[in-house]
Amino acid sequence: MGFSPSREWREIAARYRLEASRCESCGRVYYPPRGLCSVCRRKSIGAMKTVNLPRRGKIVTYSVIHTAPLKAFEGRTPYVVAIVDLGGVKIQTLLTDCEPEDIKIGDEVEAVFRRIKEDGERGVIHYGTSFRPVRKVET
Amino acid sequence: MRKVAIIGIGMTKFGELWDKSLRELLVESGLEALEDASEKRTLRGKDIQAAYLGNMSAGLFNEQEHLAAMLADYTGMTEGNRPATKVEAACASGGVALHNAYLAVASGRYDLVAVCGLEKMTDLLASSVTDALASAADREYEAFYGATFPSLYAMMARKHMHDYGTTLEQLALVAVKNHRNGYYNPKAQFRRLITVEDVYKSPIIADPLRLLHCSPVSDGAATVILADAETAKKYTDRPVYILACAQGSDTIGLYNRRDITTMESVVSASKVAYDASGLKPSDIDFVEAHDCFTIAEIMAYEDLGFCEKGEGGKMIEARLTEIDGEIPFNPSGGLKAKGHPVGATGVAQAVEVVLQLRDEAEQRQVKGAKIGLSHNVGGTGSTAVITIYGREI
Repeated sequence: MGFSPSREWREIAARYRLEASRCESCGRVYYPPRGLCSVCRRKSIGAMKTVNLPRRGKIVTYSVIHTAPLKAFEGRTPYVVAIVDLGGVKIQTLLTDCEPEDIKIGDEVEAVFRRIKEDGERGVIHYGTSFRPVRKVET
Repeated sequence: MRKVAIIGIGMTKFGELWDKSLRELLVESGLEALEDASEKRTLRGKDIQAAYLGNMSAGLFNEQEHLAAMLADYTGMTEGNRPATKVEAACASGGVALHNAYLAVASGRYDLVAVCGLEKMTDLLASSVTDALASAADREYEAFYGATFPSLYAMMARKHMHDYGTTLEQLALVAVKNHRNGYYNPKAQFRRLITVEDVYKSPIIADPLRLLHCSPVSDGAATVILADAETAKKYTDRPVYILACAQGSDTIGLYNRRDITTMESVVSASKVAYDASGLKPSDIDFVEAHDCFTIAEIMAYEDLGFCEKGEGGKMIEARLTEIDGEIPFNPSGGLKAKGHPVGATGVAQAVEVVLQLRDEAEQRQVKGAKIGLSHNVGGTGSTAVITIYGREI
């Protein structure tokens, strides 16, 4: 499908740099960032501050996708999707640089900048943040 | 608010219906519902004062929007330029249409309303269907990263297994049970028995979920006719009453939930429905649940209050939800075996509940069923509609 590049461009800060927004009224952090806190509502207007999520976190849950992928992911199977917890904020992401059988819930992961997918041969190439296991250093 | 009854039901066979178009499915189920409602006097299309249509994505599946106008035009219901309205809430579209129609009759605005649910999914190739269904999740922050619907439910399943010790066998038993029930449903997409071994051997889709954990891609339509209790008596001696109908919402993204394995939309809507009807889980005789994936039925046991959180796996293992069990779930075969034309599902659940409460479900009849509940979920639980039905007001 041909989409305007602006659709990609709008999301760059959140996808590349994990920018989120914190409501200065109640302290809640939203990812992707929101212009309005859905709990404080009017009180949050003008009080949503841009913050960056931590780039390390833990796997909450994951799945290894083997078949019936989305068009842009055809030929990529198996690939691993996961929800990771970054300091209390959960996000949906892809796991990379790992073997599916080595992954466990609770494992520590770190953010890496990655090519995510492309819109066909002539469309936009989408980049974003994937996560990889934090290598344990033997001491 | 007035009491509302279902006076007529209609449903096409569910399945890969290559020879039937979107509009033909709609007309077939609509006509059957009008005929069914004409027990004591003929219910004509022009008697219907308003129609609601649940459809998730004819725009993506069939490149056709504005389906409510097509309904009004082709079915002849709402003759006289009366209102027809399409509502969308992903796989809960049918349930939300039912909820809106229920409110329209209960409020006194209309006496006779049609509720249709419709989806024709097999006109697209499989990968395009997966892509279209992913629009029920957060497109920019879930589907963007390659998350498919099976994988979102697989993540719930893995978390449930991790937190509560739910097993792959317990998940498989849900599919085995629903196929056993669907075997006796002449309108079901799959009428064949499967074993736990078959589930284990089926192709892996999104680990830990395999093909036989997933509901199929289906075509189909269902229609129910609602009337206020007074009008209902003019048409039928076997009305089924809607004792409560409630809708709940939750975050669009699964990742944003407080608890990945609890659908708060279901917890909240079921509480409203129980309170409104004065009933509790132990008063319910059977449930038509939204088992889009096997884990979804196990979570439904918990979120609807039939057991504590985390105990769902044990319910299926103890055979409590079998058709002759303490609380039968999905006597129709559920989405798993009956089929899941997404927008039609919420209305098809109402059709099954009515058949059961009329004692017309033949070989899959739940003995002595007097009160039924339907549980219709959109997306990963972002929308839920819970409806409680009874033979008596």
